[in-house]
Parts: sequence; C-alpha cells; structure tokens
Amino acid sequence: MRMRPSLTGKSPPALGRRPLSLLLRLLVTAAAVVTALIVLFVAGYIVINGARRLRPSLFALKYTSENVSMTPAIIGTLAMTALALALAAPLGIFSAVYLAEYARRGSRLVKTMRLAAETLAGIPSIVYGLFGALLFNRLWGYSLLAGAATLAIMLLPLIMRTAEEALLAVPDMYREGGFGLGAGRLRVVFAITLPAAAPGILAGIILAVGRAVGETAALIFTSGTSPELPRSIFSSVRTLSVHMYALWNEGLYGDEAYATAFVLLVITAALNALSGIVSGRFRGGGDG
Amino acid sequence: MGKIDIENLNLYYGEFHALRGVSLSAPERGITALIGPSGCGKSSLLKTVNRLNDLSEGCRVEGRVLLDGEDVYGGGMDIYTLRRRVGMVFQKPNPFPMSIYDNVAFGPRSHGVRARSVLDGIVEESLRRAVIWDEVKDRLAGSALRLSGGQQQRLCIARALAVRPETLLMDEPTSALDPISTAKIEELASELKKAYTIIIVTHNMQQAARVSDRTAFFLLGEVVELGDTSRIFTAPRDKRTEDYITGRFG
Ligand SMILES: Nc1ncnc2c1ncn2[C@@H]1O[C@H](COP(=O)(O)OP(=O)(O)O)[C@@H](O)[C@H]1O
Ligand SMILES: [Mg+2]
Repeated sequence: MRMRPSLTGKSPPALGRRPLSLLLRLLVTAAAVVTALIVLFVAGYIVINGARRLRPSLFALKYTSENVSMTPAIIGTLAMTALALALAAPLGIFSAVYLAEYARRGSRLVKTMRLAAETLAGIPSIVYGLFGALLFNRLWGYSLLAGAATLAIMLLPLIMRTAEEALLAVPDMYREGGFGLGAGRLRVVFAITLPAAAPGILAGIILAVGRAVGETAALIFTSGTSPELPRSIFSSVRTLSVHMYALWNEGLYGDEAYATAFVLLVITAALNALSGIVSGRFRGGGDG
Repeated sequence: MGKIDIENLNLYYGEFHALRGVSLSAPERGITALIGPSGCGKSSLLKTVNRLNDLSEGCRVEGRVLLDGEDVYGGGMDIYTLRRRVGMVFQKPNPFPMSIYDNVAFGPRSHGVRARSVLDGIVEESLRRAVIWDEVKDRLAGSALRLSGGQQQRLCIARALAVRPETLLMDEPTSALDPISTAKIEELASELKKAYTIIIVTHNMQQAARVSDRTAFFLLGEVVELGDTSRIFTAPRDKRTEDYITGRFG
C-alpha cells in the first residue's frame, strides 16, 4: 500500500508508535475488502448460474410457455423506460430550471418543493403502484402507458433533485458573465447553465433509468405481467425485472429466472459503463 | 459632464449601507481607477453602473447613475441595451464552458445577430482588439477553458468588446494573473481607452498610477479623494489617501 505524505510535511512516525492509527487502518482496509468480496460474490454467483442457463430459445421473438422467451420483456423494458423518461425528464428538468434559475434562492417555495421531492423519493415503490393502479388503470387499464406514467411519477423527484443540484453547482460567475453582456435569462439558462450542468443532469437520468429497469412492485400493479410483445402503449407488458419475478413465482422456471438475472446484470453493467463514457466525454469535451 | 456620472449614490444590501453618498465622474476616452481596501464597495459601484446589482438579493440603490446624461435607473433605459453599452470584465476570468468562437459570439447572438459571416467578422475583430487573435486563430473551435489564465482574461475582454460597448468596467482584471499577463492587460487597457471609457478597480497602486488618468480612493463606502492620478499619487490631500498609497494602511 502506498504511503500518503503527512499533512505537516514531517515524515510520518513509525506505525508501531501509533497503535490506534494502525488499528483504524486495518479496519477500513478490511471493510473495503469485504465490500469488494460481497459484490464479486453476488456478481460471480449470477454469472455462473445464469450464463450457463442461457439458450437461444430464450431469445425467440415470440413468447410461448415452452420457450419462456425474454425478448418481449427486453423490448418491454426498453419501451417502458423510454416512455417513462419521455414523461418525467422534461418535467423534472424544467422544474429544476425553475427552482435553480428563476425562483428566489432560499425562498419558501423552493424549500417546500425540495422537501416534497425528498419525501416523494423515499416512498416505497409499491405505494406508487397502488396510486397508479387507482388513477391510471382506471383510464387505460393494465398497460404500458399506465406503468410508464406511474414510473414517471416515481422518477420525477429523483430527476428534479439531481438536475437542480447540477444547476446550482454551475458557478454564478457564468451567469454574471452572461447577464453582463446583456443576455436575457432564457438565453443565459439555455446557452450557458443548462449545457454546463448537462453531465450532472445526465447522471441523474442514468440513475433514473437504473431504477426503472429494476422496478417490479409498481409495475405489477399498473402494467400487468403479460409476456407478449406489446402492440401499442395500451397493451399490458412486462419488463425484465417483472419477468424474472413472474418466472420465479410460477415455480416452474427457476433456470430461466437465473438466465434473466444474468441478462439484467449485463444491462446494468452496460448502463454504468455508458454513464462513465457520457460523463467522460463531457468532461473532456467542449471542442466544437 | 463625463461619459458616466454618478451623483450622490447610496447603496444598501438589506440593512447594510455599502456605498455612502458617492459622486464620481468618468471622463470619456479616459481610464478612471478605483482604489481602496477590500470591502469598501468598489465592485458594488461597478455593478450599479451596468445594473448587475439587480441580481443581488436585497440590494437597493438611491441617487443617480448617468450614462451620457441619461439615468440608468430611470424608466427610459432598457437593461439589456444598458449592459450592451457598458461591458464588464470580472476579477476571475470567467470564459463560458464552450468554444472560443462561441464565447465571443455569445453577446452578438444574444442581441440578435445570426448571420455566420457577420459573426465571423465580429469574432475576428474583437479578438484582434483584445490582442489575442494570433494566439487563438487556429483553434477557435477549441474549448475556452484550455487557455491560460491571462489568455482567458483577454478572451473575456474580447467577448465584452464583441457587443460594441461604449464603456468597459474592469473589476481587478489582473488580480488573478501573472506579471507578464498583467502587463499585457495593462497595455491593452491603455490602447482601448482611445475608443472606450474605462473604469478599472485595482488593488495594485503601481497599476493605478501606470494606466489611469483619474483616481478615486474609497474607504468604507465613501469616496475619500478624487482627482487626476498624477496629483493623487504625488500630492494626496487627505491623510488617509496618503497612508493608503504609501502602504501604511489597509
Ligand atoms: N450581494 C451582496 N449582499 C450583501 N452584501 C454584499 C453583497 N455584495 C457585497 N456586499 C458587501 O458590501 C461591501 C462592499 O463589497 P464590494 O463592493 O465587493 O467591495 P470591494 O469590491 O471594494 O472589495 C462588503 O462589505 C461586502 O461584504
Ligand atoms: Mg471587489
């Protein structure tokens, strides 16, 4: 392990003379190692048990009770996530713009909205499911649309808060520079602060995608569990996570559930990589 | 009458009385230096001239600030036009996180210039005036944040010039720069005063003496002494001015 230079500039005393610091160091190292091992164990377990149970028929375009294909669920996941984001992202980002750029800083309204968002973000998803079932299913039945609308409400506070944080992190000197040139607020926001906050906003959206992909309870209540390819936004549909739950629940398809878990793991890893690439590109970027 | 005339200005941040009865006149095509210890209200004064103070919470202004004889706080002055006419350069170079070209084009675009050929012309002219064209002409599409601090500050000056202002407010423009960049900015200011009215805030006595025609010494929100720079630095009338410029104070 590498030694950190001591803050005082003096050479660090021998560790033996500071038993407490040695102990602390052992403890934090142990914690890091244990965490890494747990993550590796879970991932390894899923890979080993899932990968070997993959077979081509699991990816057949059409679901039958013989092949239990997950293709409709993969497509359902994509459609569900995209639709939920299309509803939640613009609303969340524009609310954040309002809070960070237009409302008076520290006003009661801003504080109330922040508190509300934080509270909403902490509510168990099954409660959203019940709410969605009562509201959206009345309108559209078990459907992609009802599920996406419910998900959108769940994701809204998350997107709004992360976008607001990202906007507030943009230094005021950029705003002063823009206003100082005689630009209006709209232009300062759209040409300067929003682009500057884009990496943070995107990070929030990727988090939201992660939650959407992993969601089950709220969707079972609202979009149902149809294993078929959706015909329209009014069709019932299942996402991969719901698919996995359904397979396990039916008791007959343990192997297929493992295979699905593996695919979910791959998707999650890909999302993480994507977020890394996106934020890396923004950080290094700026060239026109 | 100067280009900018400030008459009996009082400025408050909430309860705090930041500027007290300030009267000051900045002559056209001249450089007026504002000196004084930190917190005496120099930046606040600059920000009243282009009304950037409107953005500050609880800020209130009494008195008059005249640009060509017209009160900038009067109803007749459009704030966007005012800020176009009165450019500002900040203490910390603050190029926007975008390309060099887009930085300079930001102002003109905000005021409705769209044609690429026109923008190209403005960008080149502004960068030339700020004496940075030769250093950046081959990388106009590159990020402004990759420039050195001194280059960033000259880019900010070019950005301010791009909206064809009549006056420039410079708030300690060299305090974050090395001596060579500082010399370049000072030279640039001396050149620009042929066309613009400049008010510069500085902590550096030599700088004020070198570049300015008039100097105002501030203390605790008040103008203690105002006069020709050569006179202020050779024969200050107020004991406090003398103490400050000889470094016995603040
Ligand atoms: N936005 C603001 N809100 C409240 N007080 C402020 C604000 N801006 C400046 N002040 C106060 O006004 C005084 C003058 O500040 P400033 O104009 O920045 O001085 P200088 O530029 O001479 O250092 C300081 O005491 C400062 O704390
Ligand atoms: Mg200042």
